[in-house]
Amino acid sequence: MSEVPAPDEDTDLVPQELPRPGRFGDFGGRYVPEALVPALEQLDEARQKAAVDPEFTDELARLHATYTGRPSILTEVPRFAAHCGGARVVLKREDLNHTGSHKINNVLAQALITKRMGKTRVIAETGAGQHGVATATAAALMGLDCTVYMGKVDTERQALNVARMKILGAEVVAVEHGSATLKDAINEALRDWVTNVGTTHYVIGTVTGPHPFPEMVRDFHAVIGEEARAQVLELTGRLPDAVVACVGGGSNAMGIFHRFVEDEGVRLVGVEAGGEGIESGRHAARFASASPGVLHGAMSYLMQDTDGQTVESHSISAGLDYPSVGPEHSYLRDIGRAEYRYATDDQVMEAFSLLCRTEGIIPALESAHALAGAVELGRELGPEALLLVNLSGRGDKDMHTAAAYFGLVDEDAR
Amino acid sequence: MSATGAGVEDVLLRCRAEGRVALIGYLPVGYPSVEGSVAAMRVLVEAGCDIVEVGLAYSDPVIDGPVNQDAMAAALEAGVRVDDAFDAVAAVREAGATPVVMSYWNLVLHRGVERFAADLAAAGGAGLITPDLVPDEADDWVAASDRHGLDRIFLVAPSSTPERLARVTAACRGFVYAASTMGVTGARSSVDGDARGLVERVRAVSDIPVCIGLGVSTREQAAEIAGYADGVIVGSALVRTLGGDGELDERLESLRTLTTALAQGVREGHR
Ligand SMILES: Cc1ncc(COP(=O)(O)O)c(C=O)c1O
Repeated sequence: MSEVPAPDEDTDLVPQELPRPGRFGDFGGRYVPEALVPALEQLDEARQKAAVDPEFTDELARLHATYTGRPSILTEVPRFAAHCGGARVVLKREDLNHTGSHKINNVLAQALITKRMGKTRVIAETGAGQHGVATATAAALMGLDCTVYMGKVDTERQALNVARMKILGAEVVAVEHGSATLKDAINEALRDWVTNVGTTHYVIGTVTGPHPFPEMVRDFHAVIGEEARAQVLELTGRLPDAVVACVGGGSNAMGIFHRFVEDEGVRLVGVEAGGEGIESGRHAARFASASPGVLHGAMSYLMQDTDGQTVESHSISAGLDYPSVGPEHSYLRDIGRAEYRYATDDQVMEAFSLLCRTEGIIPALESAHALAGAVELGRELGPEALLLVNLSGRGDKDMHTAAAYFGLVDEDAR
Repeated sequence: MSATGAGVEDVLLRCRAEGRVALIGYLPVGYPSVEGSVAAMRVLVEAGCDIVEVGLAYSDPVIDGPVNQDAMAAALEAGVRVDDAFDAVAAVREAGATPVVMSYWNLVLHRGVERFAADLAAAGGAGLITPDLVPDEADDWVAASDRHGLDRIFLVAPSSTPERLARVTAACRGFVYAASTMGVTGARSSVDGDARGLVERVRAVSDIPVCIGLGVSTREQAAEIAGYADGVIVGSALVRTLGGDGELDERLESLRTLTTALAQGVREGHR
């Protein structure tokens, strides 16, 4: 142990303020109705116990190996990279997971925890439908009742996923209040949870919400970055110059960023939904326009008006159409460790099309934001650069939107 | 005692001295219009509400049921602003009742906790009910409410553990808002099940007055709750009445009739 300096020698020895639990700097916290506090405390205890209990960790690892399809592979995409200033681009293929996105990583873990807590029902919100499908899948696998809340607008643009959830045995509730998108689905899920918290666990689908969700969901997705870091090192012999991911609530991004946070030379780049452009006001680029506020239990950057009312977001991709963002992203951004840019709907559709046609991979529209970010970043950094991009999901669910965007719908066939 | 008139505790003590419990009515500002809501709040006072909860419409009211959600959405659609709440507070005070504001936390936070507290006190407000703020996150509000002599009303619920009940009641001033059941706001046929037990559990850890809310809509329910709590809080039933069919004047009369009945209820059931 080092010597304790005499008080008069070191006036800097002011007691450090202890980090508050559930806070990332000033962000995060637990802004909830008191009725939910016992459930959040129970959850926090359960997930901490689970994290060090081989019965849980072994079962999760077994599920990931035999059900999810982990580890997910890394794919180098040279024909796509030719459009990224010649930078080297590798994709982390979360789209190849069972159910088609990264969301399953978190859901399987939370479903196991639901059972450990003795609860019999899960509820979830969903935007793109990927988290809802993953939750319905885990519920089917583990014999849990399942209700998924989805904005009415999203049930229309992600109709395929609505059908998938129903076929898996889940009840899907279309929420018509407010903007009828993800934030309103979360409101309705929270109302259900307050009412049924004795039997029900709310499987939040991203790194938002009250403590312990942001930390817990990040930890369940950290496997993405763990694997990817080792895979990139093996493939290229070095760490990437930048890790790029799309940011809705921010779970796929936190999942791939987390293991790299201490690798100071690696840029962490989040790509938000620029929608129709910042000037239009129709976007979900929180870091380009928002200020700190509280929504759905956490303090974070929030799109709000001069009274603090939530402003509706917009994105061509349902999964990024959310006016706030996970609190850890706000923290990483404010301390300068991560940087955030945005891609507009048009840039996204171009990147989407580019990956389809150069590599034969159809990405989710959410993930196409990360691809658009990679195109831009590659051009900035040049041919020496190595970019690791999280391909968070596959695009089957988006065929309807893409066909409409590119005018591929056969009018006569209607 | 707040700076500008009877505080919440004064009201509850006065009611106790009269051998009854307090009637607390909730309405959101701006529904059906700012003037209409203020007129409705005056009706509540005239018909026997001791305390009026001046509600702030919020874009994401997660513990409100459909009636209040719709009213808030309509108020926002019609352009209500947070500023309007302070005018409503002053009007309630002028009408002779004690006003408290009920607001989701982000509206307070965004205005600035200190500024909100100062504005509320200046308008004659007695305190603030915070449905989505727990004492654990309330350091700024505790300090600001102390500075401005405002009451702090946090919530407890049937799910609250003894530890939480102790923690929350210790942070409250004025009264503690006990949610009668697990769930969101909205009229229910019965509220007694969990509520009575919750009041007993609060009394085991604290002397603070306990008022029951969530689901109360009738004179009979008010009378029943008056048998074991210190106040009866009615919200959605009033909002629904105010939002019924017909001209505003007729709806205000319906509101007066309901409030009068509830005021009789709180006088019937006292222990
Ligand atoms: C494929 C895919 N990627 C990304 C997201 C956005 O979520 P997050 O930012 O939490 O990763 C979604 C959400 O629906 C998604 O389906």
